[in-house]
Amino acid sequence: MIPELGNFALIVALLMALTQSILPLAGAARNIPSWMSVARPAARAQSLFVAIAFACLAYSFLSNDFSVINVTQHSYSRLPAVYRFTATWGSHEGSLLLWTLILGLWTFAVTLFSRHLPDDMVARVIGVMGLVSCGLLLFMLLTSNPFLRMPMAPDGSDLNPLLQDPGMVIHPPILYMGYVGFSVAFAFALAALISGKLDASWARWSRPWTTAAWSFLTLGIMMGSWWAYYELGWGGWWFWDPTENASLMPWLVGTALIHSLAVTEKRGSFKAWTVLLAIAAFSLSLLGTFLVRSGVLSSVHSFASDPARGLFILAFLAVVIGGSLLLFAFRANQVGLGGRFALVSRESFLMANNILLLTACGSVLLGTLYPLFIDALGLGKISVGPPYFNSVFVPLVLPLLFLVGVGPLARWKQASVPDLVSRLKWGFAASVVVALLLPFTMGAWKPMVAVGYLSALWIVVGVAINVQSRLRSGAGWSANFYGMNLAHLGVAVTVIGITMVSAYESERNVRMIVGDTITLQGYTFRFNGVKHIDGPNYTAERGALEVTRNGNPVTILYPEKRTYLASGMPFSDSAINYGFTRDLYTALGEPLDGGAWSVRLFHKPFVVWIWIGAVLMALGGVLAISDRRYRAALRKQGRAVA
Amino acid sequence: MKRFLIPLGIFIVLVGFLAVGLKLDPREVPSPLIGKSAPDFNLPLLSDPARHLSPADLRGKVWLFNVWASWCTSCRQEHETLLEISRQGNLPIYGMDYKDQPADALAVLGSMGNPYVETVVDLDGRVGINYGVYGVPESYLIDKNGIIRFKFTGPLSREGFDKKILPLVKELQK
Repeated sequence: MIPELGNFALIVALLMALTQSILPLAGAARNIPSWMSVARPAARAQSLFVAIAFACLAYSFLSNDFSVINVTQHSYSRLPAVYRFTATWGSHEGSLLLWTLILGLWTFAVTLFSRHLPDDMVARVIGVMGLVSCGLLLFMLLTSNPFLRMPMAPDGSDLNPLLQDPGMVIHPPILYMGYVGFSVAFAFALAALISGKLDASWARWSRPWTTAAWSFLTLGIMMGSWWAYYELGWGGWWFWDPTENASLMPWLVGTALIHSLAVTEKRGSFKAWTVLLAIAAFSLSLLGTFLVRSGVLSSVHSFASDPARGLFILAFLAVVIGGSLLLFAFRANQVGLGGRFALVSRESFLMANNILLLTACGSVLLGTLYPLFIDALGLGKISVGPPYFNSVFVPLVLPLLFLVGVGPLARWKQASVPDLVSRLKWGFAASVVVALLLPFTMGAWKPMVAVGYLSALWIVVGVAINVQSRLRSGAGWSANFYGMNLAHLGVAVTVIGITMVSAYESERNVRMIVGDTITLQGYTFRFNGVKHIDGPNYTAERGALEVTRNGNPVTILYPEKRTYLASGMPFSDSAINYGFTRDLYTALGEPLDGGAWSVRLFHKPFVVWIWIGAVLMALGGVLAISDRRYRAALRKQGRAVA
Repeated sequence: MKRFLIPLGIFIVLVGFLAVGLKLDPREVPSPLIGKSAPDFNLPLLSDPARHLSPADLRGKVWLFNVWASWCTSCRQEHETLLEISRQGNLPIYGMDYKDQPADALAVLGSMGNPYVETVVDLDGRVGINYGVYGVPESYLIDKNGIIRFKFTGPLSREGFDKKILPLVKELQK
């Protein structure tokens, strides 16, 4: 009964989404207020019915309804309740439903926070988002229905062990909040193109939405990276896996978009470019979904290779992205030029920032799709790995980091080079000296470490000078300004983390029997043997590693080698001692002859800084959204209407 | 106007490649073993460890060599396909239980049905290394002279079997 209800809710949601898109868009085109006013109620009803469908699916999982194919394939009666709930989006069908649900949430948010916008703008924005909802709902109903039934199965085949983790409770929803959040900026861009009114106010409306989506995406990627770190047992934090790249590409373009929106709002320049970026950010989110879901690229994340699904998503992509790019081609030349700017100015620095970010995104896209291109041309099978990405990505990021330090100090329109030099010269000199000396504290001096430190310190210096001059000028609180600086500091923190862990991590892969000790970077690991334990839906051998430093106890780590009951899948659960300046990471390998085990030990300096930095970036975004400017406009408009 | 068409142009090229990519299977990796003799082995049978089987025993037959294990979930996906193939009786399937406990393997065959004429047991995975097994399940089509003609990595689907393997089987059985 409940699954049928969910199915029915999806169909109603599709009808609502059709209403939400057709009537308001037509109404805005013909200037019929009654049609435009349908936008909000229809959008709210659409999100409500998607939420009902989602609740029905979650209920089927929680109540172990093994007559639903999706539940049988991705759940298990002995799976803990919290994972039965997260299994709701552990499958292809379920994650699509989550995507649609989150699109509904963003649409709902737009209906709430759009009172200060002109009616035709609201109608178009909600209408465009409705079209995207239509596509997703159709996709689900036609090829990926999560509510399909079959004769009752005795039990399920369990959720993939990798997904049975607290991180899976929040990682996908947060990541999708980011991905899907770009749909708002996309809808605003299309609405502006359709109406032909591309002005500063359009940029001001888009900015908080874009920054919000970007903050979610930053957090989502950070969680994904952290999850891969502790869950995959290899101790890496970024693998250049197609799915990771699929989330990195919209992030890079989204970052460019945030900066370009600032120029459009403040100076009226870059208008066509900003619109294109808004289209690109959401297009890359959709492309990421296509790459992951269609099985075009094999990846550990591929849920199912199904050509019918792939074909549908491709057609959907072609319509949504192709359509908006066509609209762009027709309308962009009507956009006037903005304010002029000199060769050295805030605008020119931001333009360089955009070019570098887009090139970085392009290089990731090329690396991700290159195997596919070569295969499609019949030239063979190849795979592109971390060496390509590292050697292309790093040289693009270094000048970008330089710009992060200097860009915010430059004036709009025309900046004076001597002025910039005189403000930054002592800071730069100090950064160089410290960057050259700091690597010695780690024992071995390495040039890349000095470069990494220099980039990070340079950003810190830039932020410090910027904040100091604002305080001195007596200008008051600006959430936007401090948000930006906090995010830039986050970049510096992440850079330090990446630099340190890449240069100084050490790893041992050893055979240990009870009583063996291994010393790694001053930490002594003593193997106390393994014990058999029974989990709720798995059994495990749990190793115990006693860690001491100079004879003082540090911690005891318990890495596990699990076997999941339903799938019989072996799984290695790592144990980590987190620290501000180093992580101790252990994982159990295979049992060897004579009661020995293969054990993997890592010492990872400063690795948590990578994620702390990402959190700071996201917090910076959140701070910027709280800026009074966006709400002041809202209040003023509200009063005018009242 | 023209320069604003550039993004659309790039996108159309991308869609073209993606459309072609949909028809390709990234898991279909050419094996260096194709056209070469199937590596020899002499392994105990799952049904009766006292008896052994070697590829030489199967000379004169076209057969499918399927590497599987009880711990491998994707093997369960293809199990139904293998059962159908074995019911049709055109192609004998010989299994190799790879790095597995024989008792677990027997339990799987007992509960899900046995598509194999015989299954040999490769406890330590040494034979698997000779065959270049890197992901279970893998399937090899071997001809009357003991030459590997086709290799497939990943679960076999009915459609894939009918399209790619069956015509080749008919050809080889002539």
